[in-house]
Amino acid sequence: MAIDSKVVAQVAHLARLKVDEADTTALSNRLNDILAMVDQLQQADVADVPPMAHPLDVTQPLRDDQISEPNVRDKAMDIAPAAEDGCFLVPRVIE
Amino acid sequence: MHDKTLTELKAGLTAGDFSSRELTEHFLARIQQYDGELNSFITVTADQALAQADAADQAIAAGNQGLLTGLPIAHKDIFCTEGVRTSCGSKMLDTFIAPYPATVVEKMAAEGAVMLGKTNMDEFAMGSSNETSYYGPEKNPGDLERVPGGTSGGAAACLGARLAPGATGTDTGGSIRQPAALNNITGLKPTYGRVSRWGMIAFASSLDQAGPMGQSAEDCALMLQAMAGHDHRDSTSLNETVGDYLGALKEDISSLTIGIPEEFFPDTLDGAIADNSRDAIRELEKRGAKVVSVSLPSIKLSVPAYYVIAPAEASSNLSRFDGVRFGHRCGDPQDLEDLYKRSRSEGFGDEVKRRILVGTYALSAGYYDAYYRRAQQVRRLIRDDFARAFEKVDVLMGPTAPETAFKLGAKKDDPVSMYMADVFTIGVNLAGLPALSMPTGFINGLPTGTQIIGNYFREGQILNVAHKYQQATDWHKQAPVFGGDQ
Repeated sequence: MAIDSKVVAQVAHLARLKVDEADTTALSNRLNDILAMVDQLQQADVADVPPMAHPLDVTQPLRDDQISEPNVRDKAMDIAPAAEDGCFLVPRVIE
Repeated sequence: MHDKTLTELKAGLTAGDFSSRELTEHFLARIQQYDGELNSFITVTADQALAQADAADQAIAAGNQGLLTGLPIAHKDIFCTEGVRTSCGSKMLDTFIAPYPATVVEKMAAEGAVMLGKTNMDEFAMGSSNETSYYGPEKNPGDLERVPGGTSGGAAACLGARLAPGATGTDTGGSIRQPAALNNITGLKPTYGRVSRWGMIAFASSLDQAGPMGQSAEDCALMLQAMAGHDHRDSTSLNETVGDYLGALKEDISSLTIGIPEEFFPDTLDGAIADNSRDAIRELEKRGAKVVSVSLPSIKLSVPAYYVIAPAEASSNLSRFDGVRFGHRCGDPQDLEDLYKRSRSEGFGDEVKRRILVGTYALSAGYYDAYYRRAQQVRRLIRDDFARAFEKVDVLMGPTAPETAFKLGAKKDDPVSMYMADVFTIGVNLAGLPALSMPTGFINGLPTGTQIIGNYFREGQILNVAHKYQQATDWHKQAPVFGGDQ
C-alpha cells in the first residue's frame, strides 16, 4: 500500500512525532521510495521459515527475582528536564 | 609519534621512550590544531585525559601495566561516559551527561586507556556519511570535500588523520567497516553479543555491536582483548570464553580456505573496487591460502530486510526519548501529548524521524506480517546461506563498500541510494557474524577496503588473516597528507 499524507499523519501520531502539513507530501514520497525498496522482500520464498530474532537462537536468560541494582533515583532526577521532590514534572494530566 | 601504531606506542611507553603525558599532549595538540577543519570530535576531554595519563605513568613506573595503560583512544559519542556529555550526534542529547559509564568504556579504562574525547557520528547511528550529525558533517581527511562514511565516521577520520591512535566504534549495518574502508584504516565488528551493549545507546538492539578501529589488525586485536567479554547487565551478551586475539596473530594461515561470494562481485560493481579486493585475496593465496567460489543467494535481500528490522527496532528503542526523563524538552508544553510530540520533533533530525516513521508503519496493525515477520524470516535465510558457506571455507572475502568516499551532499536527498553504501556489510549484521575491513589500495587517491568475514567467535582468525596481509603489504600505513608535518 502506498503511503499518502493521511497515512503519514496517522503514523506520525502513533510515533508521537509532529509533522508539519507542508512537509507531508515530500515525506510521503521519501517513505514510498523506502517501502518500494523494502517490497523486494515479497519475492522471497519464506514458507515454513521460522522468523529469526537472534543469530545464535539464544533465548533471554532468567535470573532470581532479587534486588541487584542500587537505588539511583537522585542521579536519575539530576538529568531530568524538570523534576521536583524525586518526581518527574509533566503538564497536568488530571483536571 | 602520531604515525606509530597503538602496538608500537605501547612498546615505547614500556621502554620509557616517552611518557603517557607526552603522548597524550601530542595528540591533544593535534586535535586542537586540525580538528576544527575535520570535525571528528564532538567533545574533547583534555583535563580528564591528562589526569588519566598521569595515573598511567605512575602505573607504568610501578610496573603495573594493563593492556592499554597510557594509550590514548577516542570513544564514539554513542558510549555513555560518566560526567562527560554523551550526545549520540543528536540535539536530543545535546546536554545529556550520562550518570554511568558504558561497559566498553569501563573495561578499557580498567586496562589503563586514556580517553581523548568523544567522536562525531551520524545521529543515533543512522546514516552512511556522517552528514546526519547535529554537530555538522565530519570531513574525510584524505579529501575535505568528501564524506568519511558512517556512522563511526568521526572515529575513522580521526584515526585516518592521526589525531588518535585507537578508537571505538559501533556497527549496526556496516558503521565500523564502511568508514574504515573510506579512511584507510582497519575496523572490526565482532560476533553479535561478544562485546557488551550496556551503556551503548541503542539503535537496533538485535544488530548493534561495538568494536575496535585502528591503524592495523594488530591494534584491533589489542583493543578487542580489552573490550570483549560477557556482561550480566546485557542480556544478549554471550557467555563464551574470550579468545587470545594477540596470540591468534601468530598462527599459520597456509591451510586457510577463503570463500569468494559471487554476490560480492556483481557485474555492476566498479571494476577498480573489484580489482583491489581480488589483488588482496591473491596476496593471501601467495601465502598458501586456498580460494574457492561460494554463493549466498539470499544476501540480495539483506538491504530490504535491514530497512525493516532496523527502523522497527529503532522506533521502539527511541520511544524512550519523550522529553520527560532525560534529553531535550520543548518549551512551554500545552499538555502531555504536546510535550511528547514537540520534544521529539525538535530533538530528532530528519533521517531519524524517517526511520521512526518507517519502523512504526512496519510494526503497525495489519502490516506486521508483511514487513517485520517476513524480514525476520529472510534474516534466517541469509544466516543459513552463511552457515552453508562456512561448512566449506574458513573466511569469506570481498569489497567492504561498493564505492570510494563520495562528495558531501551527493546523496543527501536520496535515502535509498545512501542505504546502498552498506550493501556488502549489512548481511553480516543480520547473521550476527564477525567481520573486519582492512585497507587494500587506492582509486584516484581514495582508499578502498576489503572485508574478511569469519564464523561465529572467530575474531582471532580474521584478525590473523588481516595481520598476515598487513605484514606483506603497506597499504594500511599510508596516511593522507593532512596536517603538514609527519
